[in-house]
Amino acid sequence: MDEVAVRLGVQELIAAYVDCIDEDRLEDWPDFFVEQCRYVITSRASHEAGLPHGVVYAASRGMLIDRVTALRQANIFEPHRYRHIVGPIRIEQVDTTVAQVRSNFIAVRIMHDGEMGLFAAGRYLDRIALTSQPYRLIERLVVLDSQKIDTLLVIPL
Amino acid sequence: MSELGGGQMRGVPWPSNGLTEIPFRVYTDPEQYGLEQERIFKGPTWSYLCLAAEIPNAGDYVATTVGETAVIVARDGEGQINAFVNRCAHRGNLLCLERQGNVKEISCIYHGWTYDLAGNLTGVAFERGVKRQGGMPPEFRKDEHNLQRLRVAEFAGLVFGSFRDDAPDFESYLGPRIAGGIRRVLNRPARILGRSIQVLPNNWKLYAENTKDTYHASILHLFLTTFRINRLSQEGGIVMDDSGAHHISYSKLDYASEDADYKQAGLRSDSSFRLKDSSVIESVDEYGDGISLQILTVFPSIVLQQIRNTIAVRVIRPRGLEKTELEWIHLGFDDDDEAMTERRLRQGNLVGAAGYISMEDGCIGGFVQRALRYNDEDSGIVMMGGYDAEPQPFRASEAAIRGFWKEYRALTGA
Repeated sequence: MDEVAVRLGVQELIAAYVDCIDEDRLEDWPDFFVEQCRYVITSRASHEAGLPHGVVYAASRGMLIDRVTALRQANIFEPHRYRHIVGPIRIEQVDTTVAQVRSNFIAVRIMHDGEMGLFAAGRYLDRIALTSQPYRLIERLVVLDSQKIDTLLVIPL
Repeated sequence: MSELGGGQMRGVPWPSNGLTEIPFRVYTDPEQYGLEQERIFKGPTWSYLCLAAEIPNAGDYVATTVGETAVIVARDGEGQINAFVNRCAHRGNLLCLERQGNVKEISCIYHGWTYDLAGNLTGVAFERGVKRQGGMPPEFRKDEHNLQRLRVAEFAGLVFGSFRDDAPDFESYLGPRIAGGIRRVLNRPARILGRSIQVLPNNWKLYAENTKDTYHASILHLFLTTFRINRLSQEGGIVMDDSGAHHISYSKLDYASEDADYKQAGLRSDSSFRLKDSSVIESVDEYGDGISLQILTVFPSIVLQQIRNTIAVRVIRPRGLEKTELEWIHLGFDDDDEAMTERRLRQGNLVGAAGYISMEDGCIGGFVQRALRYNDEDSGIVMMGGYDAEPQPFRASEAAIRGFWKEYRALTGA
């Protein structure tokens, strides 16, 4: 196992992921996940209390695709974008097929009229499949530092 | 239009005696906001405090709010649930800072006054002074300085509180239809699956009305129609208590046919938008009565929701004229198996701050609030389905909103 290569691959995945969201290429977002994936947005309070509910709770890539279709076709909201800043990654555990990685992020929300502010801060707790190139997420737990969400959450974090 | 009352009235004047015109200033007037705190949240009403299951043991407490007023709810050594204001009788300091905990007594960090779990003052630091100097005068009596208590009612595992002795007892407050609606959903011991707070950029009443507004559902929330779900909705309607203050909106669904229909339609090429993973709507008729949606409100600030297999209590907490915190408490039941819990979690995508059929409610109140800025001299109208606040066997109606205002006007004296 080439640890440097794994680190670079993981870094690329995490950077490409937020770039995809921030540049509004949301149709590509589900491709960062394996087919049988889990993507859950929760809060530190819920996570530490062991509560399973997610503000967003996806248990397959299909559910991620549906999120994007709903956002584009059905849901009504004021246009806005995010700018994610992800801190250095920490590889907590790695074997030949899976890496367990955590990173910190903040997401600034920029409304269509230019109004902007901090929307979310938190941790990504990832399990990443190393068996494909590029790497893909098996699980991404988005643990928000606050249990408060301003107005609504429609674009994935 | 005739203005009622005139000089002796406080707050926003109402355009008519009817229930169909709502002056926009009720959402923008700071004095009105203060009046609501006093006459509604501290008036003869009941507010949600917590789940009884959150405070199972002696000494367990939850710090919450009734309106904006900080309140503690605690279980004492006899197993009784007490609620009292979260404000030291001495200098007004906040007693409990954390949301939840377990204590032997409530003590104030500022000057060390202590209270038992029923809110009675039990200790005053240096009451007799230090070295016989200082201390409280001999006339000072601790039992005259207990924390202000709220009445408490436990119902279907939920704990409610009221500031007023003249509020009807809780079950009379609800009336039999609303009480039945709560018992129907919370018919067995519940457990919390998760909790979150959605911060709404609008006056609390805009959300309270929204939950009673059966007119907007299929218009603002396009998820179900876009994905061609719920085409087989059957009967539904609006139920109200005698006062009109509380309501139930419900609709039925033929669960089995929906499932078959959705799978069949998925095979046809003419349907452009189909769910790739329909587990988000795959639901079971867990109450055996075909009701797939029951939105129940208890005036002024409680919503109990059953949408398919998602069960949630929503608590509307005013946080200033143009800010509201909406707390979502997502529930399952102790007897849920793993598959049922997973089903509730997946359907959880439908509701909450990121909910497919609820996220729009997070922004719509803010849009109204913005439109009313320095443009609030007129009234909105709520005439769909007539002029009264009576039960109706259909849902294209604003009857439940009129019921809200009927109660609101009675309490605020407007």
